[in-house]
Amino acid sequence: MKILGSEITPYKTYLNRRKFIKGSLASAMLATVTSSAFANHDSDLPIYTKNLNENDKLNSYEEITTYNNFYEFGTHKKHPHLNSGNFKPRPWTIKIDGLVKKPQTFDLEKILSNVTIEDRVYRLRCVEAWSMVIPWQGFQLSELIKMAEPLSSAKYVQFVTVFRPEEMPGQQKRTIIWPYREGLRMDEAMNPLTILATGLYGHEMPNQNGAPIRLVVPWKYGFKSIKSIVEIRFLDTQPETSWETLAPWEYGFYANVNPNVNHPRWSQGTERRIGEFKRRETLMFNGYEEEVAHLYKDLDLTKFY
Amino acid sequence: MFSTRNFNRSKPVLFILILFPSLLWAYQFITGNLGVNPIEKLMDELGLMALRLIIITLMITTLSNIKSLKSIVVLRRMIGLFAFYYVCLHFSTYIVLDHFLDMQFIIQDIIKRPFITFGFISFLFLIPLASTSTNNIIKRLGFKLWKKIHYLIYPVAILASMHFYVLVRADKTEPVIYMGIIILLLLHRIFKRITRPQLAQ
Repeated sequence: MKILGSEITPYKTYLNRRKFIKGSLASAMLATVTSSAFANHDSDLPIYTKNLNENDKLNSYEEITTYNNFYEFGTHKKHPHLNSGNFKPRPWTIKIDGLVKKPQTFDLEKILSNVTIEDRVYRLRCVEAWSMVIPWQGFQLSELIKMAEPLSSAKYVQFVTVFRPEEMPGQQKRTIIWPYREGLRMDEAMNPLTILATGLYGHEMPNQNGAPIRLVVPWKYGFKSIKSIVEIRFLDTQPETSWETLAPWEYGFYANVNPNVNHPRWSQGTERRIGEFKRRETLMFNGYEEEVAHLYKDLDLTKFY
Repeated sequence: MFSTRNFNRSKPVLFILILFPSLLWAYQFITGNLGVNPIEKLMDELGLMALRLIIITLMITTLSNIKSLKSIVVLRRMIGLFAFYYVCLHFSTYIVLDHFLDMQFIIQDIIKRPFITFGFISFLFLIPLASTSTNNIIKRLGFKLWKKIHYLIYPVAILASMHFYVLVRADKTEPVIYMGIIILLLLHRIFKRITRPQLAQ
């Protein structure tokens, strides 16, 4: 596994040391640990802000890790943060199957030893019309696809989230059909913007954000960026995806951020950037038009929303 | 047997209890303690409180059928007016904080999004209820007409619960519970009418 400078002290160890030092001040401990953890992120800021758009400001670690849609841990935004403590993201394997040369199961460590972890600061736009700016660490999905050796007949990639109701309390209720599934067209999956993220703000992916490995597709609504992936399947037909199956009139397979195509329940023309008071205009393809618009030049985006 | 006096005595306490959440949320909002998305949080809390109070007013009427609780009905007006108070706060949060008085956008939103349409109509129907709430007006209108106007509480309650139901993306348990309670309370009224029509005024 490649190590970032900011990762040299593992986050857990860092917290434990703090706890040890502050141990005698039991009552003040929680507050102190939290604030010093944030201080740690602040010192890393220059690394991330250099690839930040001038109109954007990074969201704080607290914002990114306490306000999540991850129904496996509950349907409220605060649930993933509160209910993900028992989730065990290691050891972890990813099963590769479908139209590939040889179906196989990769150890996550093995995947990570074959890829380059890099920093990517992306806007994340939720279909519910809120957004954040997040400094991810990860690698291009295309690198894993190369390792998987798909056949030329593979036109789509499907992703599946882990199913562990004993560790993910939200899965004990049939809110949606478990396990969560998502999919991309092959050219979308190969696009250099599409990454598998393994960390944020320089340490391992928090459970509530999709530990240990999740997809990030920054020009699509957040629900496409599937979390805690255990299986990747290569297919020749468009796969079923969870939200589309649940409410096809509301959520499409493509789910590209598009201010001109409204969701029946939310106008997609504007969004609230978490931490800001006034709404912002939503950008076409979430501002990544230059990088991805060509993928859809033959597609009617009002029909294939 | 609880007397009218018992219930009247509880009014100041209830008043403070029901008012308190709005003051707390306003304070938390101003001091930045309402979480990561405070405007959304504020709107959700205010709306949920309003819906619950609307349901409580329906419950009060039903409870007043029980002999020993007959006088509970004296609490209904205050709670109904508080429901209106929370709906107004909920609606103004939407207009002022969420959309910054962008009226063109808001009108589009009300027309195009069914859940906002439901909520808006529910709000409109509450206005005649709230504005006919003094003894003087009841006297002037006559009890019969006043009562007719106040049947609007039924569409108000149904629309408000639908507003909540449509808003929730998955796991509709909570809105379904509210809808269930409203339906039971309405069924009880219909049942009462059919079995004892002479009691229905």
